[in-house]
Amino acid sequence: MGYPHKSHPRETPVLSKHFGDPEARTLDGWKARGGYKALAQALHMEPTAIVDIVKASGLRGRGGAGFPTGLKWSFMKIGDGKEHYLCCNADESEPGTFKDREIMRWTPHALIEGCAVGAYAIGAETAYIYIRGEFTEPINVMEKALAEARAAGIIGKNAMGSGKNIDIWVHKGAGAYICGEETALMNSLEGKRGNPRIKPPFPAVSGLFGKPTTINNVETLAAVPHILNNGAEWYKAMSLSSPKSSGSKLFSVCGNVAKPGNYEVVMGFSFKEFLYDLCGGPLPGRKFKALIPGGSSVPTITIEEAEAIKMDYEGFVEQGTMLGSGGVIIFDDAQSMPRQLARIARFYAHESCAQCTQCREGTAWMTKILERIVAGQGTYEDLDTIFELSESMTGKTICVLSDSCGAPVVSGINKFRGEFEALIKGRRSSTVAVGAR
Amino acid sequence: MSHGPSAPAQAHGGAHAHHVPYVPVFTDGSARLKELKDIISRYPDKRAALLPALWMVQQERGWISEDAMREVGDQLGCTAAYVKGVVTFYTMYHQHPVGKHFIQVCTTSPCLCAGADDVVKAFLEHTGCKELGLTSPDGKYTVIEVECLGACGFATPVQINEDYVESVTPEKVPGILAGLK
Repeated sequence: MGYPHKSHPRETPVLSKHFGDPEARTLDGWKARGGYKALAQALHMEPTAIVDIVKASGLRGRGGAGFPTGLKWSFMKIGDGKEHYLCCNADESEPGTFKDREIMRWTPHALIEGCAVGAYAIGAETAYIYIRGEFTEPINVMEKALAEARAAGIIGKNAMGSGKNIDIWVHKGAGAYICGEETALMNSLEGKRGNPRIKPPFPAVSGLFGKPTTINNVETLAAVPHILNNGAEWYKAMSLSSPKSSGSKLFSVCGNVAKPGNYEVVMGFSFKEFLYDLCGGPLPGRKFKALIPGGSSVPTITIEEAEAIKMDYEGFVEQGTMLGSGGVIIFDDAQSMPRQLARIARFYAHESCAQCTQCREGTAWMTKILERIVAGQGTYEDLDTIFELSESMTGKTICVLSDSCGAPVVSGINKFRGEFEALIKGRRSSTVAVGAR
Repeated sequence: MSHGPSAPAQAHGGAHAHHVPYVPVFTDGSARLKELKDIISRYPDKRAALLPALWMVQQERGWISEDAMREVGDQLGCTAAYVKGVVTFYTMYHQHPVGKHFIQVCTTSPCLCAGADDVVKAFLEHTGCKELGLTSPDGKYTVIEVECLGACGFATPVQINEDYVESVTPEKVPGILAGLK
């Protein structure tokens, strides 16, 4: 559903079917829409049987990395005598991404059900939903839904009369992009500074409070009940890209576009048709110029490259970028790429946890150089420095924040070098249309 | 993920703020202490209640002073220095008093495309805040830029205290301010 727009006939609303419908927020309303059937069924299955179904469905992490969910769950050794934890990553902070916010504020019970199934499948009795601190409304909606589910005996001790215990709690963040990184999220939950941890040990071995832990994105967990209800084959079959990428995916579309919003399409959908048909194309009198299609951490592509993309994990990679979180940022011909990329670099400089030198210094330095170029005071050597910097910022730090700063910037310079050179030469770029900001 | 107010707000004055005796939040028999204990029971380690405890202090006192850090540390078995380390990591905790209406304008890329910098200018102009991070002379407003609020399809989102206002344009700013209580 193209929330806030009406659903487009070419969308496949699975997760977004009830966006905009306040009744779906309540427990009764959710049950009337088929809610909690999957959990009732799951609680009477062997946890490994649930993991097998999720594995067979081909569901991959929707937070950005695309790791197979069933495989991740299978790393949790049931019956090892240790406490297990599930963390739901609802720290949605990746620029361009606003899908989890809609899942939480319209269909909170979908996430609760997904968390409960996930917790049971990995042998956890406690799940924490870590929601970014700015999301007051989603937090309030989730808290209310959790209270309803707890009062109805759906979660808590003896969940749904199954004899199993599943507690789910909301944990509110306090403003730090980096806490969306799974190990930083766990540190934050433990009451520490949100610095990412060195891996290994991986969370499935030593995670939250030093115990085996699985971290899943909101959208991933919300998809699980649908898979249990309809079967792994159904989930695979709806995709045009089966078996590598299966199911449907929410794409958040923003920037210079006629109809920004969330759209849910099957994997393998044509990106060209998606952009021009579903999203309404560019604003009147404008042309699309560039995109960052997976949240701001992925490489920048030109509109020509975008038009060739098949929307699945592999399809984006083939055109030199990534599906990421599905946050599609669109720049039209009135935008200055140097200015936009300088702003993106500033984001990462602000959000660096400052643990690793390459990131702390690199993001700040890159921002300084880009802002100098935008101010008309750059040199050709500056561009070379950015490339060198990016190289020393990639693959050399504890987490990938540093890599994420270099990816859109370096690809952006490579593809729109003329705009940078024009600023360096001291005149406006001819590729920026009249009226550009 | 705000670019927090870096200096003590003008209207309150840094020195003045330190002379006001701190009133503890988690006093014996208080609702906040009960709430904190309830939250502690959700975790195997009570330090996990640190972020929630800090939120409670900020809701009660408007900001988190060094005295508050000591109080929270005492409740959760950690030093005031440890608490300060955590407070300073997260941008949403105020380390100084701020205006009654704390206004955060998202200016990250998608919002920049939609003209967020003009929204910032409009807020500064209509609130009387001289610059980002400073509080207006009447103590009512503090305006800052914030990194991605996660509502990019509704550019430009602005967070005022706890609530989002979506699709803000410079023209809407006077009306939004007039509607604040």
